[in-house]
Amino acid sequence: MSVSEIREVSYAVPDDGHGHLAEMRVDPIGLFQRVYDECGDIGRFRLADKDVVLVYGAEAQEQFFRAPDSTLDQAAAYPFMTPIFGKGVVFDASPEERQQMLKNQALRGDMMRGHAATIEAEINRMVAAWGDEGEIDLLDWFAELTIYTTSACLIGKPFREELDSSFAHHYHDLERGTDALAYVDPYMDIESFRIRDAAREKLVELVQGIIDRRKERGTVAREDRDLLDVLISIDLSADYITGIFISMMFAGHHTSSGTASWALIELMRHPETMAAVVKELDELYADGSEVSFQALRSIPQLEAALKETLRLHPPLVILMRVVAEEIELAGHTIPVGTVVAASPRVSNRIAEDFPQPDAFDPGRYIDPRQEDLQNRWTWIPFGAGKHRCVGNAFAMMQMKAIFSVILRDYEFEMAQPSESYRDDVSKMVIQLQQPCRVKYRRRAR
Amino acid sequence: MRVVADLGLCQGHQMCQGEAPDVFGFDDDADQVTVLQEHPDESLRSDVQSAVRYCPAMALAIEEE
Repeated sequence: MSVSEIREVSYAVPDDGHGHLAEMRVDPIGLFQRVYDECGDIGRFRLADKDVVLVYGAEAQEQFFRAPDSTLDQAAAYPFMTPIFGKGVVFDASPEERQQMLKNQALRGDMMRGHAATIEAEINRMVAAWGDEGEIDLLDWFAELTIYTTSACLIGKPFREELDSSFAHHYHDLERGTDALAYVDPYMDIESFRIRDAAREKLVELVQGIIDRRKERGTVAREDRDLLDVLISIDLSADYITGIFISMMFAGHHTSSGTASWALIELMRHPETMAAVVKELDELYADGSEVSFQALRSIPQLEAALKETLRLHPPLVILMRVVAEEIELAGHTIPVGTVVAASPRVSNRIAEDFPQPDAFDPGRYIDPRQEDLQNRWTWIPFGAGKHRCVGNAFAMMQMKAIFSVILRDYEFEMAQPSESYRDDVSKMVIQLQQPCRVKYRRRAR
Repeated sequence: MRVVADLGLCQGHQMCQGEAPDVFGFDDDADQVTVLQEHPDESLRSDVQSAVRYCPAMALAIEEE
């Protein structure tokens, strides 16, 4: 039994000895799309010494997403994360552990009200420096904001108060250290990996400094403690604590930052949608209600615009697992050790499920179309199944809070040609290509 | 209508209890949703629809009969 009977995709970039890796480093989306176009619901490409089997369509993707962890292992599929988190720090908890975390921890439904207030305060702090008009770089601005929101909500406000933009800067260097060459060797001697490792050391230094100050200060009242105090009390090293924080923030950082950026770009590109969203927000907040209250409630036009942004620009373009127990996918038996994958970026634009797939159309989510709920296994910006992003309710709330604040007080205009906003796809963590500048002006009231 | 919860997908967020408390309960031991009323009254439809729409695990559905 082997995967050789599954069709292998053609080459668009010559094989340099690592199969399709060379193409993954310049045009991963083109590669994943061609697998679908040439091979249909199951196809294959080569990534260094591994076969990657990519599945498409509701039936095969449901098999993929429903498989238990004992069959499809997530952690082993992302070797580029190990040097970022640090050895010994887990990539992701099992579904059982995730459920336990959810029950006790920061993402629980009843914690959301507090998070919404925290996020509103963080946005207000950053917008306070804006003045009446000016220009921002979307990547820099949202990456910094989401460092503050994720650290404040997931780790704690005292920890967040110790951070400034240098933490965001080093964190960004970590995210840039996700070259697909990690599939050959995550410790290869290349520039982006050297920058990654130096950035991690800087973060450990920053955290060590915070730990030292906490130790000097001595114990404080229970209500003033945060997760860092807990981790210090069980005598973990700064290196390990930093690894835990990096991993806690990773799933929520570049994903939220990128989604906020793309949502603003799409709203600027579609003035009629922008006008509808601004009108909706103006009416919603006309009675002086709090952002922290409304962000947890239904805001249909804004939600539809956000969902459509996520469909077109999913933060993760490929989701991978390693086969730990033989599994059947799309009629083929896949042997142990194979990498199997689904691509949110290509799946979200399958024309049979999403008519006019490249068009930005928030109307898809309004009754009775509900193209997200109708296509649970192919509308997958958050993945699907047991591993479906556990932070998605938090993420949507955060987006609603961000746009509630910035669209209430400001209007936005592109500072560069519309088509020049694009993603840098040269790393596994995809981020906006700079420059990505936007002008803002305080709204006349 | 018939309310369906997919226990293979439920992650235990308990959002549905906020949206439609008469229809959805929670099994603390299993950490999963329980459907209290499989065939709720039509008057509860919009609450159930909200629960379906905002379920973070996309584990809920309404089947028309």
